[in-house]
Amino acid sequence: MNTRPWRWASALLAATFAAGCAAPPATFVAPHRGSGDLGLVIERASGSLGVVDTSARRRLGTIEGLGDLSHASVVYGRDGARAYVFGRDGALTRVNLLTGRIEGRVRQAGNSIGGAISQDGTLVVAQNYQPGGIKVFDARTLALVADIPAVVDGKPSRVVGLADLPGNRFIFSLFDAGQIWIADLSDPARPALTRFLDIGKQPYDALVTPDGRHYIAGLFGEDGLAKIDLWAEPPRVERILAGYGRGEQPLPVFKMPHLRGWAVAGRHAWLPAIGRREVLVVDTATWQEVARVPVAGQPVFVMARPDGRQVWVNFAVPDYDTVQVIDTQTRQVVRDLKPGKAVLHMEFTPRGEAVWISARDDHRVSVIDTRSFQTLAELPARSPSGIFFSARAARSGF
Amino acid sequence: MKHPMAWIALPALIAAQATAAQTAAEPDPARQARLVRMVRQDCGSCHGLQLTGGLGPALTRDTMAPLPLDSLAATIYHGRPGTPMPGWKSLVSEADARWIARRLQAGFPLESEAAR
Repeated sequence: MNTRPWRWASALLAATFAAGCAAPPATFVAPHRGSGDLGLVIERASGSLGVVDTSARRRLGTIEGLGDLSHASVVYGRDGARAYVFGRDGALTRVNLLTGRIEGRVRQAGNSIGGAISQDGTLVVAQNYQPGGIKVFDARTLALVADIPAVVDGKPSRVVGLADLPGNRFIFSLFDAGQIWIADLSDPARPALTRFLDIGKQPYDALVTPDGRHYIAGLFGEDGLAKIDLWAEPPRVERILAGYGRGEQPLPVFKMPHLRGWAVAGRHAWLPAIGRREVLVVDTATWQEVARVPVAGQPVFVMARPDGRQVWVNFAVPDYDTVQVIDTQTRQVVRDLKPGKAVLHMEFTPRGEAVWISARDDHRVSVIDTRSFQTLAELPARSPSGIFFSARAARSGF
Repeated sequence: MKHPMAWIALPALIAAQATAAQTAAEPDPARQARLVRMVRQDCGSCHGLQLTGGLGPALTRDTMAPLPLDSLAATIYHGRPGTPMPGWKSLVSEADARWIARRLQAGFPLESEAAR
């Protein structure tokens, strides 16, 4: 039994966290512990990460010194113990959740928006606003492997909607140029680019379906979304949900919806309507809209519980104290929750019995049972934003 | 927010009223602290917590100072059509927008520096 050293380590960690910036502990967890139920909480304003245990529903410790973490995101190495953190200030940092240590850090761009990891876990890619483009790194050494500027007609474009595809390929959208590119890094020394032109105005984010077949980019500059069937020969861009209503008196959009973290539940995709207080339901067999669900505000994240039975939605300011739960069978909102002020993100445990929700302005993360909707635990965190569990290591598009 | 509406009937005082309205409409310290947090955190979604830019442009002193105050305040209040910048008029007053614009031009305060 390992309970005694485990307790000792936890007590030490609790003391360290309480003391603020004491010397880092030797390790965050007992020896030989696995990593499948760990996670990170971004503390955006203080440049730190909370390391959490999703089984014990506890905070294990803090990793400091990550820089500007506004809009930071995380991808996991295949061991689920190492995570790559993409900071707004262009830093790429590899942290180890078991030891609580920073293992490597490079300043790779002036302004970054996220990243992805290759199917085989060997390559990490950052998507950048400035300079616009993607950069490819060796996941082990963080050495630069390839630099792919997103330049169209001599003008750099900001890159959004980056996702990994099978075969060590990456797909991404060019916000300014209105294009989608695929970079094939199966030979990292010789990246091969495929470009899709005229995909629509101002793609703002994108998702890949769980099977890796469809890439869908939301458009800010016009009604509808751009979709590519990557299994088609050759793949081409099609418009879906054209004219869903973005154009008719849209509300001011105080926060761009996030498509990544898709909500594909069964055969339907659940998508945030931009500039509207609605969630759109699309049949992924026909790509026709089949329903709209009115919700409490402009959706930001629309996320399916892993079994697809529920879809959870959070909202842009000023409605971001609310989270709504939609039953995918009746397509009705079945629950309104008020988990705290400024809800920024939600993350399901690997099999979905609980969801962790960050409330930035209440400085806490709430753990909520997805069947009873009871709050199971509340954990302290400083201005928390994104929550990323290590189970993402095993999923494409995360 | 108090507006000296009663003065409108007194033409002789209109000029004085304009100046008075501007100073009277300055957000109070508690409101200023909320605005600082809003700019850092909510505007920060697109412009970055450090306001160094993102999907939206940098809002640093260097980029803001050369712009006309009126158009900056109008951009905050009404938005910029054709770009993702929304008008914030459902959440801030014109006086708030003007105060934010002035503070951006002077170098925006950190949350820790905001009056409470």
